[in-house]
Amino acid sequence: MRSSVIVFPASNCDRDASVALEKITGSKPSMIWHAESSVPETDLIVLPGGFSFGDYLRSGAMAAQSPIMKDVIAKAKAGVPVLGICNGFQVLVESELLPGALMRNRDIKFLCKDVQLKVERNDTIFTSKYDQGEIITIPIAHHDGNYFASDETLKELEGEGRVAFRYVDMDGAATSEANPNGSLNNIAGIYNKDMKVLGLMPHPERLISQELGGTDGLGLFESLVEALA
Amino acid sequence: MKARITVTLKTGVLDPQGKAIEHALEGLGFAGVDEVRQGKLIELDLNDTDKDAAMTRVTEMCEKLLANTVIENYSIELE
Repeated sequence: MRSSVIVFPASNCDRDASVALEKITGSKPSMIWHAESSVPETDLIVLPGGFSFGDYLRSGAMAAQSPIMKDVIAKAKAGVPVLGICNGFQVLVESELLPGALMRNRDIKFLCKDVQLKVERNDTIFTSKYDQGEIITIPIAHHDGNYFASDETLKELEGEGRVAFRYVDMDGAATSEANPNGSLNNIAGIYNKDMKVLGLMPHPERLISQELGGTDGLGLFESLVEALA
Repeated sequence: MKARITVTLKTGVLDPQGKAIEHALEGLGFAGVDEVRQGKLIELDLNDTDKDAAMTRVTEMCEKLLANTVIENYSIELE
């Protein structure tokens, strides 16, 4: 399975993503600098976490205008799977590959902690290795993860089953206490219409071995290997 | 020509920074502030001479980059 990680100035989880991809897919991803004009033939594009362009103007706004994004958008529209993690999710909404916006966390603070997520469905290329409704623990590390969308968009996302992950408590309830950042409907991650673009705030690439504190992030990458290798 | 762009959060969009400022003002004893909304001011120095052309160009800049119209409104003043 060939994968590509896009590297923006001030991306800082590009290496984590690369380590996870190499470990799980068995081959080193191509690291693509944002100023390039095209992504080589690939089975998966990853937009990594970080603080691209110092989060100037809005998180992800500058990166969405980077030269490489024209080709990322074209490839995504042609059906190449795209995974945006944290800042990568912010870039995806700013690029309009995913709807909505990621705003400052409800309590304004930068949050760095483990959260519980519910896997809303396991019939996608990103989640087949999880159980339907499984509760997994994945770390978050963000300042702007408060998902917002218009009522209409929210209805569409829910109606089409495009919520990928939701912040929940240990019992799987999407309560306001379990919602770390104020995201509408406790949304932690969403799919595009053809379910091949996933953006999520939590960092599955940070939890892929016991040495790192857990393996709940493995399933996402193993699902991709099953679907794309 | 100068362009002055004010970007504000749309009505109904929660503004956590505005809320924090509101609480801070309250803490300082400034009573009677019902709501605080925080926005951005962006100033551009343009070499345009035609106001209409400048307005068209700046509007495009706002739509493409300066504002995120999912959550923000913008207004443009030219002088």
